[in-house]
Amino acid sequence: MIGQAFTDLWYGFGVAFEPHNLMWCFIGVLVGNMVGVLPGMGPLATISILLPLTFGIKPVGAILMLAGVFYGAQYGGAICSILLNLPCHPPHAVTCLDGFPLTKQGRGGAALGITVISSFVGASWGITEMIFLSPILVSVALKFGPAEICSLMLLGLLAGSTLARGSPLKGVAMTICGLLIGIVGSDIETGTPRFTFGIPNLFDGVEIVALALGLFGIAEFMKSINQLSEVDTKYTSVKFKHLRPTRDEMRRAWPAMLRGTLIGSLCALIPGTGPTIASFISYATEKKISKTPEKFGTGMIEGVACPEASTHSSVQGDFIPTMSLGIPGDAVMALILGALMIQGIVPGPQLISEHPDIFWGLVASFWIGNIMLVVLNVPMIGIWVKLLTIPYR
Amino acid sequence: MFVTLLKKRDFYAGGIMTLLGAGVTLNAMSYNTGTLMHMGPGMFPFILGMTLTFVGVLIFGTAVVTPLGEDERILPVNKEWLGWGCILAGPVFFIVLGHYFGMAAATFSCVFVSAMGDNQATVKSSALLAAFITVPGCFLFTYVLQLPFPLFRWAF
Repeated sequence: MIGQAFTDLWYGFGVAFEPHNLMWCFIGVLVGNMVGVLPGMGPLATISILLPLTFGIKPVGAILMLAGVFYGAQYGGAICSILLNLPCHPPHAVTCLDGFPLTKQGRGGAALGITVISSFVGASWGITEMIFLSPILVSVALKFGPAEICSLMLLGLLAGSTLARGSPLKGVAMTICGLLIGIVGSDIETGTPRFTFGIPNLFDGVEIVALALGLFGIAEFMKSINQLSEVDTKYTSVKFKHLRPTRDEMRRAWPAMLRGTLIGSLCALIPGTGPTIASFISYATEKKISKTPEKFGTGMIEGVACPEASTHSSVQGDFIPTMSLGIPGDAVMALILGALMIQGIVPGPQLISEHPDIFWGLVASFWIGNIMLVVLNVPMIGIWVKLLTIPYR
Repeated sequence: MFVTLLKKRDFYAGGIMTLLGAGVTLNAMSYNTGTLMHMGPGMFPFILGMTLTFVGVLIFGTAVVTPLGEDERILPVNKEWLGWGCILAGPVFFIVLGHYFGMAAATFSCVFVSAMGDNQATVKSSALLAAFITVPGCFLFTYVLQLPFPLFRWAF
């Protein structure tokens, strides 16, 4: 089975290296990195805005680009947290605690360097996990009948609504509202139009693009308009040569990175626990097992390495239940499934065997995209840091 | 008692969910529900509506039982009525002007109106931004993606 996984991965690289796919992957990570750096723009709003554009792109390219925005934004988000102390991207909120004190001590560059290394380590593990776990899931998925698929859907709906933040009761209420929106349109069995109120546009159901833009795009803007004030940019002059951590910092960061990776990859396997929860759990764990827990919050390099590695391994691992079972871990994954549906591809256990180009192309593009991001973030850090000085309103 | 209840978020959340659930249930009864063995098109919405009503009543119940939170409020602290209004007006302008005058006018007005929601924007800066978005936007959608939506039209 492992041999089969390598053959498939090789095929995936063939798909991902096709020039147009490579281009969409690059555009995705570039846009993702940019929105990650800019405070106030998240991957969710960006993907919902880009969703209409994917009509004109082939399915593989569209998915590679949207996925690239998601994991690219994770690289950029750390820059904003560490240098500006702005926790504008939830998974990186916990990085502020130790990242910003490091910046104030003049070690912000080293913290960013460690972040890029931890991110790459975490992401690599997440991808490896995806390569080896997915074929196992496929062999199970082939035995899936209607009863199993029904239970899987129930699990997905309940996990998504009750494990999320806030009141589980409201989560269930929102899940039912989502199902009700799904009912709008012609009934599949009998063709009876339901809840269309006589509007012909609603006979095909509610457009997923319109829904995503309204719920995530416009709502996000309404929340953030005129909310953030001037940011303090006096620490943001970081250059390439500042990125190199000292030998001692590396020695302390390595074990933290590995622990973070492990926690992140475990969190990814539970639907409903996205990267945000993973990063908070890993920070708490790191603090608990540290010999000097009282020093956390004053600029501990472990407090940066561990949550960052955890976020990235969880971000990549999040794709496992999404792509192999069709259960989205969070709202971004749900949008990516939406993009698949726009292209006429049904997500679920059959995706890997029916559309191997999408699945293995995506896995291969993760490697390519992460290497692109390291290249984008290490030598070009000066450019991203410049972006931070753009006034945000 | 009733006045404090009016200040609670869950009061409105539960109320809206109950009303929606009841509405869906009533509407679903106008379709053929069939039997559990042979479900009609109305069965699934009917079940969902009943469940939503139940969950709504539960949320309403939590509002009655729990005391009023310290910083609980219905609307956020900073009320950006102008900003919210402008963001919501943007798509409305796009739909109306798009219908009568075509994509160019629609895009321009949508961006212009939304940009005016920023409390530091001026008419000039918003107009510049709108022009900068309209030109590449129209190029992308009309020539690259070839959307069947005319750039200019006069539909009266």
